Amino acid sequence: MKLYDYVLSASCYKIRLMAALLGVKLDLVAVDFHPGREHRALAFRNLNPAGTLPVLVDGDLMLTESTAMLVYLAQASGRAWLGDSTPARAAKVQNWLAFSARLGASLGMARLHDMLIYPGDIDAFRRAGVECLRELEAHMTEARFAGRIFLEGDAPTIADIACFPNVALAPDGGVTLDDYPAIRLWSRALRALPGFIEMPGIHRLHELKPAPEAVPALEDL
Amino acid sequence: MIAQAVLNEWYPVAMAAQVGAWPGRQTQLLGSDIAVFLDAGEIVVQRADGSALAVCLRYGHVWACLGTPAHDLFPIPEADQPGRRLVDCGVVRVKCSPLRAVENFLDIAHFPFVHTDVLGAEPHTEVGRYEVQIREDSDEVWATKVHFYQPQAAKSASGGIVTEYMYRVAAPTAAVLYKTCPNKPDAWDVIGIFVQPLTEELCEVWPWMALFDDATPQADLIQFQQMIFLQDRSILENQIPRLLPLDPGKEIPTQADMTSIAYRRWLKRKGLTYGAQMVAA
Ligand SMILES: [Fe+2]
Repeated sequence: MKLYDYVLSASCYKIRLMAALLGVKLDLVAVDFHPGREHRALAFRNLNPAGTLPVLVDGDLMLTESTAMLVYLAQASGRAWLGDSTPARAAKVQNWLAFSARLGASLGMARLHDMLIYPGDIDAFRRAGVECLRELEAHMTEARFAGRIFLEGDAPTIADIACFPNVALAPDGGVTLDDYPAIRLWSRALRALPGFIEMPGIHRLHELKPAPEAVPALEDL
Repeated sequence: MIAQAVLNEWYPVAMAAQVGAWPGRQTQLLGSDIAVFLDAGEIVVQRADGSALAVCLRYGHVWACLGTPAHDLFPIPEADQPGRRLVDCGVVRVKCSPLRAVENFLDIAHFPFVHTDVLGAEPHTEVGRYEVQIREDSDEVWATKVHFYQPQAAKSASGGIVTEYMYRVAAPTAAVLYKTCPNKPDAWDVIGIFVQPLTEELCEVWPWMALFDDATPQADLIQFQQMIFLQDRSILENQIPRLLPLDPGKEIPTQADMTSIAYRRWLKRKGLTYGAQMVAA
């Protein structure tokens, strides 16, 4: 299975993470998204006319939407991740997959603006991102009161994987997660899953060691 | 009021291959609005009032000077060496002092903590003795004989090796490192970071490489470097104070920080204080 990939892309990371958690091996093909804009070039558009990343190819199957890729990986290699144990839960998972698109259009765009100098209204991106985080925090707080730690039900699903990257990367776009304790706990639970992999900006859990940021700066010693 | 010494230095303002016709790249240099664009085949950098800046094209990038250039742009002889691949890695914006971006690049002690399992790994956190000097002839800061264990020193490295490094501050906001080349042990891989100071607390960073590596696809080389730099970015954006303190009374020398101390001393001596604070933090 081949993933056309960009290392800094939150959407590409969703697929790398899902595959790692399922123990599925991906052949990564690096696409020069930045600075080369290879995804907009003719050769790549012959593969995916939309000119977007990621692209997943498995035999004759070619997928260009990350949520569809998550469904495919889970169907093939870990059905429990579909979260379809009841009709209501299956529908709620779909709701979160749609919500993940809002995260990409808000927090994701704020990050691209602040990091790779994408044009756009940064205040609007951040405002929309904070609205999403508040909704998510309210949901995760309810879930905690009910004794749950993942988005839907007792186990992680593709909904968690779809939503996690752009939330965890929010600080890259100038949006702090300090105000959302339930979201931070959810993030810790996901980072503790066996097989979890990192990306720049999303760190593994360090066992009770001070994070490097917590080491006093030279001038404070 | 920006010191004349700061204005008379060269700074990167664009990747040469990406400069287009007007309006081109609308950006900032030392707080001034500038435009970088192509006019009749020539790359022009101009201020908002239309006046042109001194420009030179080197190492894949456009360099500009807001004042009167005090000297030519620093040399990187390896850039012209046959067989090397020159790789422009694009730009990343970081909300930090341009001087802090350079200082972080010089800091080898952070590898195991920030670039875990790639450029460093616990428990191999020890930085051995190395040499640091301010070279009077070239007016540059150099750190040499730096040795460090690395799980994956480069895209082309297939396992852990002890890598030797040399670090060089070639300009106030440009540094170059030389490291053991996994494919060619008698040669150095060369990696630069060219930092464009937009303001004292905002910069855009252009990593650049000159490697002996015929095998690795371009996109993989670029993404490896971007992955490394983006691991630094979140650390840089959280550093307090935002400006680089140049008060010598606050410096406690430890082995790992010797390069940083020399860099700060060199900046202070030359009056290159844009992005620095002169009082204790
Ligand atoms: Fe670093």
